[in-house]
Amino acid sequence: MEIADLTKKRIIEYLDEKKRFDKRKLLEYRNIKIRFGISKQAEGSASVRIGKTEVVAGVKLDIAEPYTDSPDKGSMMVTTELLPLASEKFEAGPPRINAIELSRIVDRGIRESGFIDFKKLCIKKGEKIWMVFIDIYPLNDDGNLIDTSFLAAVSALRDAFFPKMDEKKEKVEYGKLTEKKLPLKEMPFMLTIHKIGKSIILDPITEEEESSEARVSFAISPEKKEAIINAIQKGGEKELTKKEVFEIIDVAIGEWKRIYPTIVEKITEAEKRPEEKIIQSG
Amino acid sequence: MEKYQQGKISEEKTRVIVVPGEVIASGESYLPGDNTKREDKDIIANKFGLAEKEGRLVKVIPLAEKYMPRKGNVVIGKIIDVTFSGWIVDINSCYSAFLSVKECAKFLNKNNLIEYLDFGDMIIAEVLEVRHRAVDLTLKARGLGKIENGIIIKINSSKVPRVIGRGGSMVNMIKHESECRITVGQNGIAWIKGEKLENELLAKEAIMLIATKPFVEGLTEKIKKFLESKK
Amino acid sequence: MTYKRSDGREADETRKIRAEVGVVPRADGSALFAFGDTIAIAAVYGPKPLHPQHLQNPEKGLLRCYYDMMSFSVGERKRPGPSRRSSEISFVTTNALMPALQLGNFPGTVVDVCISILQANAGTRCAGINAASMALAHAGISMSDLVTAVSVGQIDGQIAVDLTKEEEDYESGGEKTTDIPISFLPLSGKISLLQLDGGIKAEKLKEAIEIAQKTCSKIYEEQKKALKNIISRKEEKIKE
Repeated sequence: MEIADLTKKRIIEYLDEKKRFDKRKLLEYRNIKIRFGISKQAEGSASVRIGKTEVVAGVKLDIAEPYTDSPDKGSMMVTTELLPLASEKFEAGPPRINAIELSRIVDRGIRESGFIDFKKLCIKKGEKIWMVFIDIYPLNDDGNLIDTSFLAAVSALRDAFFPKMDEKKEKVEYGKLTEKKLPLKEMPFMLTIHKIGKSIILDPITEEEESSEARVSFAISPEKKEAIINAIQKGGEKELTKKEVFEIIDVAIGEWKRIYPTIVEKITEAEKRPEEKIIQSG
Repeated sequence: MEKYQQGKISEEKTRVIVVPGEVIASGESYLPGDNTKREDKDIIANKFGLAEKEGRLVKVIPLAEKYMPRKGNVVIGKIIDVTFSGWIVDINSCYSAFLSVKECAKFLNKNNLIEYLDFGDMIIAEVLEVRHRAVDLTLKARGLGKIENGIIIKINSSKVPRVIGRGGSMVNMIKHESECRITVGQNGIAWIKGEKLENELLAKEAIMLIATKPFVEGLTEKIKKFLESKK
Repeated sequence: MTYKRSDGREADETRKIRAEVGVVPRADGSALFAFGDTIAIAAVYGPKPLHPQHLQNPEKGLLRCYYDMMSFSVGERKRPGPSRRSSEISFVTTNALMPALQLGNFPGTVVDVCISILQANAGTRCAGINAASMALAHAGISMSDLVTAVSVGQIDGQIAVDLTKEEEDYESGGEKTTDIPISFLPLSGKISLLQLDGGIKAEKLKEAIEIAQKTCSKIYEEQKKALKNIISRKEEKIKE
């Protein structure tokens, strides 16, 4: 059963008093847990939990022909499958717009931040390049799939190693990894800010997400100690005033500065200990 | 809790965790209760949960289950559609429910159905009748009607007896300690209304605690202590 | 000369089994089941009203299974989305689970089971069925039994259980491995899934089925343990 209008009302009233159902502050994330190496056939994989929301992402690499307008650059494709696993709202079948939007938001955040050095994915100019596939699978939806999915994708990229390549046949030998990691630069982090009533919050749980009127996702990465906004997506049916948008931008930058060092730390920790085991139950 | 895991019910062992198909008890002296069936001399579990012996009756309390509507149950539901003769109500069950205009306490003009109950409104209703694949509701009794204010929470319907307690002992204790009005629908949807939002959240926390730890003994005391510690 | 299993296992030994219940909190029931490297996750939603109405069965509830592999679960990336293979496996999985369910109690409803393979090294449909049957019990669906599956095979004339991909692909002297995924309702001993690929004589097939049944009774113990453990764990975490 979806959230009742009555509970929506209560959520808004509570937020007006700067309070949330789970006692968090308005701009506080739930507990974030990152694990690397959760799927061994992938060249890179990770599972990210924000509260009870969990998303797994996997990176597969393959050799392909470059696009004609970028003969010396590798390429990337991001796909999300919203399977009827993570929520009763997801239906089996071809990707609906929410899966497509999520994929494209993650794609732009990674691409525009320059996180992947595509030039270093060139094997033979004009002929062969590395194609990076990032596939995202939510396992449990308890709100904020966007931020969780983005972090899972970035983590999977950090976890990834190049597979061995048969030089003569110029084909990949799957199942065998080299010790070479992907050519990555400064890591982007995505925050999605939601407007509910008069309040703005970060990291909504399911009930809050269902009460959300508008959301703005920001992919931000560091450049010479500055916070650079690489991608933005506004979602939700309600419009925002210019003042609200300016306020949201300030909040995004401010919170990013606060959270980013913690995220870097968590990823560095996860990188040291690739997981043998996987998912613990709730 | 190893003692609960294996074996069958006997005079000494009155509670056993069972999976579907397992033999809970053997012998003609036992009678098959809820979620069990008799096969020759054995009582077999039909659901996963805790098998309990009450006198000669052996039943299984499932860990979780979807609410099966029964006539006379008080349920809390959400209006999901408005038709010319009534409303379709989501009662978080395998079946959808229907509230006919004729079963409303107020006299209504067929044109102002939406004014009385709109999409997304919550109601406390009683199950009037369970037809083959649908359920009829009524608002014609005391305490039934549209819900205003407060919060709605959802627990598994199998936990409702524990949340209510014997003769209402548990829920009354929570009402008293949190100073809230509370109605727990048999379908696992509960409505909490308090003076302050903090009170509502306290009651919610207590109910959720019970709902996630149902098989604990001395639960009433533990919940009481919890509520007192939070005030 | 008998085939020596590269991981040192006995012929009737499965890979290390991991079974956990409750891995998808939002679902009505969920479980993870792994045979060594092959990991399956299943989530159950239902029974719930089935729309549109003309799809409803007035006698009993409908079971819908959706099986697929995550694209990075295999060596060469699998394109996202259903394939003919995943459609077929969804179908035989439904038939494998149906006999254990008592859906007569819920006419007109639907129970949706979603099986996702996180990591694949053969035996995925069996791991999926094992996860699904635990998830269905966890969801509180009325069942007469659990369902237990394993793939048994003939490698080089010898019957072995829980084949790896390497063993499935093994060929010697023109003889390919025969792969037989099979599922049992453990308490009644009845078979609900039976498929075969390869080339095997009738006598050997019967032998394989007997061995599979013995293996399935061990798998059943793991499924039971995983289910019973969540009740114990909930009891232990008492807040003082």
